[in-house]
Amino acid sequence: MTTQTEVPQRRGTPQDSGSTPVISVRRLWKVFGPKADRVPDSEELCGLTRRELMDRTGCTAAVRDVHFDVSPGEVFVVMGLSGSGKSTLVRCLTRLIEPTAGEIVFEGEDIRQADAARLRDLRRRKFSMVFQHFGLLPHRRVVDNVAFGLEIRGMGRAERVKRAQEVVELVGLAGYENSYPDQLSGGMQQRVGLARALAGDPDVLFFDEPFSALDPLIRRDMQNEVIRLHHEVGKTMVFITHDLSEALKLGDRILIMRDGKMVQCGTGDELVGAPADDYVREFVKDVPRGDVLTLRWIMRPPADGDPLDGPELGPDVVVKEATRAVLAADKPVKVVENGKLLGIVGDEEILAVVAGQEGGA
Amino acid sequence: MTVAVEKTERPEKTGPVEPPAPARSVRKVSRSMVVAAILVVWLVLFLVLRGKQTLTLAAADLTDLHRWFNDVNDSIGANRNSNPLFLYFFNEIRLVIDSLVTFVQELISQPSVDRPVPQIGWLGVVGIVGYVSWAVGNWRVALLTVAGFTFLGLQGLWQESMDTLALTVSAVFVALLFAIPLGVWAGLSDRFNRVVTPFLDLMQTMPTMVYLAPLTLFFQIGPSSATIATLIYAAPPTIRITAHAIRSVPETTVEAADSLGATRRQSLMKVLLPMSKRTVVMGVNQTIMAALAMVTIAALIDAPGLGKTVVQALQTLDVGTAFNAGLAIVVMAIVLDRVTTAASAREEAARLSKNRFITWRRPLLAAGAAVTAVLAYLSHTYLWAAEFPGEGSTGSTIRSTADSVATWVQDNLSGVTNAFRDVLTNSLLNPFQALLTDSPWWLVGAALIGLAVVLGGWRAGITTAVCVGLLVATGVWSDGMTTLASTLVATVLVMLLGIVFGVWMGRSALVDRLIRPTLDAAQVMPPFVYLVPFLALFGATRFTAIVAAIVYAAPVAMKIIADGVRNVPATTVEAATSAGCNTWQIITKVQLPMARGALTLATNQGLIYVLSMVVVGGLVGAGALGYDVVAGFSQGQLYGKGLAAGLAIVLLGVMFDRITQAAARRTSA
Repeated sequence: MTTQTEVPQRRGTPQDSGSTPVISVRRLWKVFGPKADRVPDSEELCGLTRRELMDRTGCTAAVRDVHFDVSPGEVFVVMGLSGSGKSTLVRCLTRLIEPTAGEIVFEGEDIRQADAARLRDLRRRKFSMVFQHFGLLPHRRVVDNVAFGLEIRGMGRAERVKRAQEVVELVGLAGYENSYPDQLSGGMQQRVGLARALAGDPDVLFFDEPFSALDPLIRRDMQNEVIRLHHEVGKTMVFITHDLSEALKLGDRILIMRDGKMVQCGTGDELVGAPADDYVREFVKDVPRGDVLTLRWIMRPPADGDPLDGPELGPDVVVKEATRAVLAADKPVKVVENGKLLGIVGDEEILAVVAGQEGGA
Repeated sequence: MTVAVEKTERPEKTGPVEPPAPARSVRKVSRSMVVAAILVVWLVLFLVLRGKQTLTLAAADLTDLHRWFNDVNDSIGANRNSNPLFLYFFNEIRLVIDSLVTFVQELISQPSVDRPVPQIGWLGVVGIVGYVSWAVGNWRVALLTVAGFTFLGLQGLWQESMDTLALTVSAVFVALLFAIPLGVWAGLSDRFNRVVTPFLDLMQTMPTMVYLAPLTLFFQIGPSSATIATLIYAAPPTIRITAHAIRSVPETTVEAADSLGATRRQSLMKVLLPMSKRTVVMGVNQTIMAALAMVTIAALIDAPGLGKTVVQALQTLDVGTAFNAGLAIVVMAIVLDRVTTAASAREEAARLSKNRFITWRRPLLAAGAAVTAVLAYLSHTYLWAAEFPGEGSTGSTIRSTADSVATWVQDNLSGVTNAFRDVLTNSLLNPFQALLTDSPWWLVGAALIGLAVVLGGWRAGITTAVCVGLLVATGVWSDGMTTLASTLVATVLVMLLGIVFGVWMGRSALVDRLIRPTLDAAQVMPPFVYLVPFLALFGATRFTAIVAAIVYAAPVAMKIIADGVRNVPATTVEAATSAGCNTWQIITKVQLPMARGALTLATNQGLIYVLSMVVVGGLVGAGALGYDVVAGFSQGQLYGKGLAAGLAIVLLGVMFDRITQAAARRTSA
């Protein structure tokens, strides 16, 4: 099922550096039900579909044999419809839900081996999470909500209030420090949730469908806020969503899940340009392809008689941005990388994408 | 008896006891016909077998079981100071509770060892309760508290009121000491919750009186028994509501705390407890009200206070005195209820007031504390501030007014009241009671079991069979049937009232707004203050108890039915209206059938409330089980019979509860 499309080099994302991943997940399973342990071990049971497994064993496999790496500074999006296991997956990563089998290596340490104290310490200093329904404490003011994680760590009052104040300003809530959560709008409450997650200065932020409960306009604001914060603080983020446009907007790489299994893992243009199966194809059908695909996906090898003295563009230029240049030129545009000609793009190819003519890959 | 919890605990989707409309299905038609058939067969056999095997037992007669209970009581009395179980367990508990009660009493109500007056006199007490009400509530309830307590003094009942308060405070203190941790445990552990819930259900179903008899066995008659009975009776609401509060903290919030690395202790102390505080205070409110109800009724086992005044006055048919003391209980109930309700609302209010008073609050509280301390010191030092001044002239005015009203009513309205009483007694109560008490016991038992099976299914039938068997074994079968007859008649009337007013309230928001505060107030009153006015109207008969029971139980039935009618979706009513239904059709064909869950729940609660009141009616000549219990406390040789009668009341309560609950589940399924 899984296709890991390997296309070297894209949009200059941080994982190019080839550094060791922050999180590395291998053969991760989460099975709910009686005697769940036996399922991942048995080759026969692993092969069953969800329904068959339920009938045979009474177990539900929420996460099935998932593996991926998250590089430092990357925004890694896990996308799927409800019931696809994405929320369970993200909880397994911090062991809010105990995984059934597999390996989760965080900065070289297997999290599944951590004892309760070590796990608490990791949660206090290394990860934090933003929840769909905020999970704020209604009896505390905004600033005390933000400082909650620091308080849990045992930080002194003056120090944690000072830190909380900084983070409150960072997420744009200055002036609301002394309000109570129920006096704020949904979007502002989620900013408090975001601030609380940032306050502890964690290495990784987990987002569990953080904006699903918000109105569309507020959701867009919050997405931009996350992008801004990512630029400013540069944290590694693992982001769960069911919204493809959100995934494409935020994600450096996207993992698509279905029934607990990975379907495809790749960048946005890979998902649109080379869907692994019909499920992904159906998903990305309505995406404006010109906004996502790069010239790399639409170029063709130069044929005999093609004039090769047109303007040059890089392979990672998005089609939408290249449209004007290509159409303005008399001759096909050359796609050049490091001085090497990869292919050419003419009016035909551009128009096919922009007018939605290009048949699915 | 508590209400609010049960409303939240029990699901709304329940069904009716009454046979439902025939149009629904063939099976249900046959069910109502089976019920009718059982009743017809019972009537026919009753006419044939009338008066045979009725298991009647004269007032002074005893069975072997009763004598055995007496022996147990005697042997416990004889070995109380030698048996290790008593020496090291029950006596110790009694000692601790006794010292606590004595301590609080010497503080506010009784002369202490070296002083002719309590440590803190009336001025100090009024100051302290006012200050506490202000600190936990707001200034309005503080004013109410000061006025209420001053009124108690003016009534000439200061010491009695303080005794009641002392017992209530001691019992509530100990009850909360156990109840809150248990509630937290039940909130955190599913297993423990499953274990305690049936016990809590059972405890809340039982009328107050049945707690007293078994406890006197272990703790003797007196204030400590009364306090222990009170704390056992009063603890369940707090346990239940605390567990509920902990359970209703949103899962995300707990998860968020976990994800930040909170320990179990941290998430309990910083998340779960603060977030359930408000709800827990509501539980404390119910515990305090239950404790007050129990403390007053514990006068039957010699608990000091207002209840004793009422009981003595009821037994001598002294309406004036009973009314005065009853009024004092009502005043105290209102004050305690308002203060705790305000306390649970305070946090919210403070948050919404934009922090205006937060800065002033602390110095003001400190100043208030200083003033209170001065008042307490004055009342400790000077006689004028220690003993409530005046002769309680307001009290005598109230007494004489109540007396003259009662006399006037008896002189002028007796025609009306007696006619009303006779019509109901002769047309409804007597025939029904005859049917139950004059039929052979096995016939009544079989009919009850048959009805239970038809209405509630096999499990309800088995429970009923066990209850009937045990009822026969208690030896007070005949008295039990008399109580059953009164209870059922009163419940039918309660349901009639409940449906009329409930539908009215459910359909009109205005009526609801007007009536509901009265119903709320009526529900916080301890049961037996209801007896007083009806004693004046109807004299010492079982009818007084029945009317008091109807008035006591009607509010809860009305509220449940009103909520049920209100919860019928507006679109359904709109659809019926657009189909051309008139008001009567909407009520009978849409609103009542859709509110049948509420109707069953109202029947369940109505039965339980009525039972507890009918039993208390033993104090004013209602006879039967209630009288057996009361007589058991006052006459040594009837002790065993009283205990058996208490058991019989429990059995009746369990039977009612199981059948109605099963019927509810069954029709909704």
